[in-house]
Amino acid sequence: MWNRNHEAMPREKLARLQFLRLKQTLEAVYQLVPHYQKIFREIGAEPGDIRSLADLARLPFTIKDDLRNNYPYGLFTDGLNEVVRIHSSSGTTGLPTVVGYTRHDLEIWAELMARALSGAGAVRDSVVHIAYGYGLFTGGLGVHYGAEKIGATVVPISGGQTRRQVRMMKDLGTTLLACTPSYALNIAETMEEMQIDPGELQLKSGLFGAEPWSDNMRRVIEKKLQIRAFDIYGLSEVMGPGVAYECPAKEGLHLAEDHFIAEIIDPASGEVLPEGATGELVITTITKEALPVVRYRTHDITSLTREPCPCGRTHLRMAKVSGRTDDMLIIRGVNVFPSQVESILLNIGATEPHYQLVVDREGALDTLEIRVELTEQMFSDKVKGLEGLEKLIRDEISNLLGISTAVKLVEPKTIPRSEGKAERVIDRRKLR
Amino acid sequence: MVKQISIFLENKCGRMIRVSEVLGEAGINIRALSIADTSDFGILRLIVDQPEKACSVLREKGFMASVTEVIALEVPDVPGGLAKALSPLEEAGINIEYLYAFVQKRTADALILVRVENIDAALQVLQENDIPVISSERIYSL
Repeated sequence: MWNRNHEAMPREKLARLQFLRLKQTLEAVYQLVPHYQKIFREIGAEPGDIRSLADLARLPFTIKDDLRNNYPYGLFTDGLNEVVRIHSSSGTTGLPTVVGYTRHDLEIWAELMARALSGAGAVRDSVVHIAYGYGLFTGGLGVHYGAEKIGATVVPISGGQTRRQVRMMKDLGTTLLACTPSYALNIAETMEEMQIDPGELQLKSGLFGAEPWSDNMRRVIEKKLQIRAFDIYGLSEVMGPGVAYECPAKEGLHLAEDHFIAEIIDPASGEVLPEGATGELVITTITKEALPVVRYRTHDITSLTREPCPCGRTHLRMAKVSGRTDDMLIIRGVNVFPSQVESILLNIGATEPHYQLVVDREGALDTLEIRVELTEQMFSDKVKGLEGLEKLIRDEISNLLGISTAVKLVEPKTIPRSEGKAERVIDRRKLR
Repeated sequence: MVKQISIFLENKCGRMIRVSEVLGEAGINIRALSIADTSDFGILRLIVDQPEKACSVLREKGFMASVTEVIALEVPDVPGGLAKALSPLEEAGINIEYLYAFVQKRTADALILVRVENIDAALQVLQENDIPVISSERIYSL
């Protein structure tokens, strides 16, 4: 454990610390950020009216559009005066959002990443290979400063040129790989092509995040790379990677409650849901200086538990993110997450998770086609063998989701490989 | 037993040509072929002179290819010739998955390639009934 005093703080003490820090954050945004001042006025309240952690639920949510409407610096507390770093979301779904960090913010971020990397087994002697993209994306630099804080040896290779990545990992004695889970699979496949056995590497663990992935996918990655794979969670609007991270128990991700307050809400009604219920994660930052956010809607779907964890960390655990409210496809009125399809494919066992969902509309009816890359284990020289496989996938999806789909087996390597976040969905309905 | 290459093909332009190009470039000669297709994919089955090499070059070029063992039978090129060769298999309860033929250049017999579930049992039945089975060496070098 990187920071026992904080990561294993008794929960009563943690709650007192959270409330103290929440008060300071609310005072700061009320004084310094016009957007939040307006929100408090609209509900006829002042920060002093928030008298307990439960009172937080009285405040309205902050959403991504609030960041966009105040682009670029409108939600910053003090303009750029103390800001030493900018990161940004990719902006593929509209205007980009810009986030800023003071020096203190960066120190805390590095602390959180040091906790996450330690949870995944990183120590001073580790060689940490960072294949997250470097640049405006928070993945690369976020992990980078955490690994340096531990004193590990950092290989800041960024994404792309996968064969070179494999060679470097082998030559440099990499012990920990940090990248997106879909890129980890790409690396594993490239190693197979290069006829390099994972046993020739020193690789022991991987820290994978920035996109939802299933436990089944974890098993595939762990088997192919012969490592232990850990999940890490974060988002740039709140901080970046390190908001929550898995411990060796791998029974949920500890969310750094000394820096954030987490709630689960019903995404439709906005009501706070009881502990254990699945819904949308909402996060309030309580130590961020440059850009605090109050009740930020993450769109990520998970559940929370405060049950004690065998690892000794006291911070609550969130379940692996099962999808995003904005990744959610609504097909003929049924909610479908790509991760559900992924776990079905992996449960069939014979498949590797290279798949793509193609949604289209014929007349008034939505159609879903699932393209699945054929693997050696799945291949049969008999038509009925392959048709049987297609039917099995169709039936499993129909059992789980109650919708009929078309399954199309495709040739190997025909679904584009990810060098960052995998593109699992092609929604042609939007083009019309 | 003869080694057959099976290749998965999506129904899209040029894939079949690409297979023959890949094999041609590797100096591999196709002896016989058959294709089974559905509306969205096909399985191309080939008998070639160098089956293991063919499978590995195709895989290198990104094709899904596998090696399957089939039986090559020589049957008289006369009415009823095929039935005579196959009926012992049927009587022994050996299910034929698929079969295809190629006509030889120089003899009066036809060559049949048969895929069964239990190849050892099938070979035994054929031997007991004096149905000539062709060696793989002869097939590859035809």
